[in-house]
Amino acid sequence: MQLLQQLVNGVSLGAIYALIALGYTMIYGVLRFINFAHGDVFMVGSYMGYFAATVWVSHFFPVGTLPNTILVFLLAMMICALLGATIEFLAYRPLRNRPKLTVLITAIGVSLFLEYTGQLVFGPNPRGFPAIIPNAPLIHTASVTINTVQVVVISVSLGLMIALRVIVMKTKIGTAMRAVSFNQQAASLMGINISRVITFTFIIGSALAGAGGVLYASQYPSIEPLMGILPGLKAFVAAVLGGIGNIPGAALGGLIIGLVETFVSGTGASTYRDAIAFGILIAILVFRPSGLLGKREVEKV
Amino acid sequence: MTRYQVSRRHIVGTFALLFASSALIWGCKTAGGPAGTEIPVGEFASLTGGTATFGQSVHNGDVLAIDEINAAGGVLGKKINLLTEDDQSKTEEAVASVQKLVNSDHVVALLGEVASSRSMAGAPIAQLSHAPMITPASTNEDVTKKGDYIFRICFIDPFQGQTMARFALNSLGKKRAAVLTDVKQDYSVGLDEAFKHTYSTSGGAIVSEQSYSTGDKDFHAPLTSIRATNPDVIFVPGYYTEVALIVRQARELGIDCPILGGDGWDSPELTKGAEKEFNNTFFSNHFATEDPDSTVQNFVKKYEDRYHSMPDAMAALGYDAARILVDAMKRAGSTDSAALRKAIAETKDFPGVTGHITIDPNRNASKPITIIKITEGKFHFAQRIGPEGEALTPFQP
Repeated sequence: MQLLQQLVNGVSLGAIYALIALGYTMIYGVLRFINFAHGDVFMVGSYMGYFAATVWVSHFFPVGTLPNTILVFLLAMMICALLGATIEFLAYRPLRNRPKLTVLITAIGVSLFLEYTGQLVFGPNPRGFPAIIPNAPLIHTASVTINTVQVVVISVSLGLMIALRVIVMKTKIGTAMRAVSFNQQAASLMGINISRVITFTFIIGSALAGAGGVLYASQYPSIEPLMGILPGLKAFVAAVLGGIGNIPGAALGGLIIGLVETFVSGTGASTYRDAIAFGILIAILVFRPSGLLGKREVEKV
Repeated sequence: MTRYQVSRRHIVGTFALLFASSALIWGCKTAGGPAGTEIPVGEFASLTGGTATFGQSVHNGDVLAIDEINAAGGVLGKKINLLTEDDQSKTEEAVASVQKLVNSDHVVALLGEVASSRSMAGAPIAQLSHAPMITPASTNEDVTKKGDYIFRICFIDPFQGQTMARFALNSLGKKRAAVLTDVKQDYSVGLDEAFKHTYSTSGGAIVSEQSYSTGDKDFHAPLTSIRATNPDVIFVPGYYTEVALIVRQARELGIDCPILGGDGWDSPELTKGAEKEFNNTFFSNHFATEDPDSTVQNFVKKYEDRYHSMPDAMAALGYDAARILVDAMKRAGSTDSAALRKAIAETKDFPGVTGHITIDPNRNASKPITIIKITEGKFHFAQRIGPEGEALTPFQP
């Protein structure tokens, strides 16, 4: 009875974590560093969705109509893609051959920059997100309620993940991405333009974060400039849990974190929610240091 | 050896300097006092930051009251000079603000803050320098326990919880309640405990106790557990940011029973975009703009004329706090700190916008509570309940 409802709640939360986790894992895959600014790109996605829905697009299509919703998603994803590429170009590219630690600290700097610029530009007060997906119960019984937003969140996330899978496995640029991830030097010797591949990775990862931002804001319609920190952290955990650098792993990790969180809060122990979620992470990493689906890498000395 | 002597002389010198400077500060504090034709009154408020809307409203109320008093000739033949410090919604800034107001501006009394945590941070400094401090809206019990110079003119958390429990039982007639508490806020936990105690000892049953943490966005999990116990009323004593999402998600899950809360709900942001979902919700507050009482209506008119917006409870409390302070100055006949402290403590039946206010021996306010009903996103006056839990007006459903 209650179990089924909590399952629905958990999957729709986990789907969003999975979308953000994909960005972490892809960027780690090609560059071997954690892009801590990723959660803030997600925040920018929510704000772009907000402005797109209430200002830019609402002139032509009212909020809640299908063209509005589609344009909101596309605009948020495009702006985030642009932002991701810009961040890579300005902040990370000049440090390409520096120690990984330098890049990592720069990523934290970029993250803080986005958070506080967000507070300055958007204002620190939370804003209500417009109902771009008209919310109505689709299935409504005594024990379970599934509404349109949850269905849209789950299906859009799933669709984007499948699209990503196709891009990575079937296209030329996807093959290049995998090659760079496998061995950057060898890939560049084979004539692959590393910089182009990295930019493309940032574009795809950030676009997913943008879509995640709009979905998250539709499901939990209150946005503020620091909203990216916690989901970003959880998604990072999800990526590590699934095996960082592994795309299906990130999706699985996101789903697990979403479900665990929901079930723990559902038992009334919400105070310990994060402790339990992170405890599970530690437990899994003790037994499988490379994550659930990660491959064990042998360090060559 | 020589070096040792030099350094010892240094130490002695430093101490002498310290003594001299502290004596200087002390001298200023005791001998100085309010000079000239103005009475300096300090205000510390969160004009920016996370709870900026609270701070700005209180500030508007304070300014409205002080300007009104000054326009009518001031008090004790002098005008009041309101010195305002912005604490940016930060506890450490509240400390710095109060230190500045007390030590370099030599204010005779302090008005502030809304957040209990920041009032508690400023209170020890006010107490130490014997500057009477009146907080307009800090409802946590411990605030006035910081010393005998610390007062408040709002009700305290347990009273809100008790009143909402009685309201649920007597006015709404609901006997099965669930509670959803923000475990990170003392405020929420305080209301929750008082509610549960009064509710279960007065004939109701608490069927589910769930919790969340400030900053959460997803409440489907605790709400699903609550739904499984089938309550006929839910008490959510949180702040508006989370409550806005909780009520929405509760309605999404098909929970349509009344949802109750406390004054943390009071914000124009609460119902934005969720006007329908907020139907059948109630919260306890300090005042309602629709209250037919003439004091309230006068205040609402003056406030609207000046700021071109409707006053909220914080503005009303700021206005009352400033007026009670000036009323005490009048009765004390001076701004001497001990006399002023005594006069504030003796405040009895002051006709404030937020009800008749009497300061009790614990320096808390004994006053009525207003219950607000939300309909289509608008706040409506529903009932006024007295300090002993007695209904002062009939319930208007």
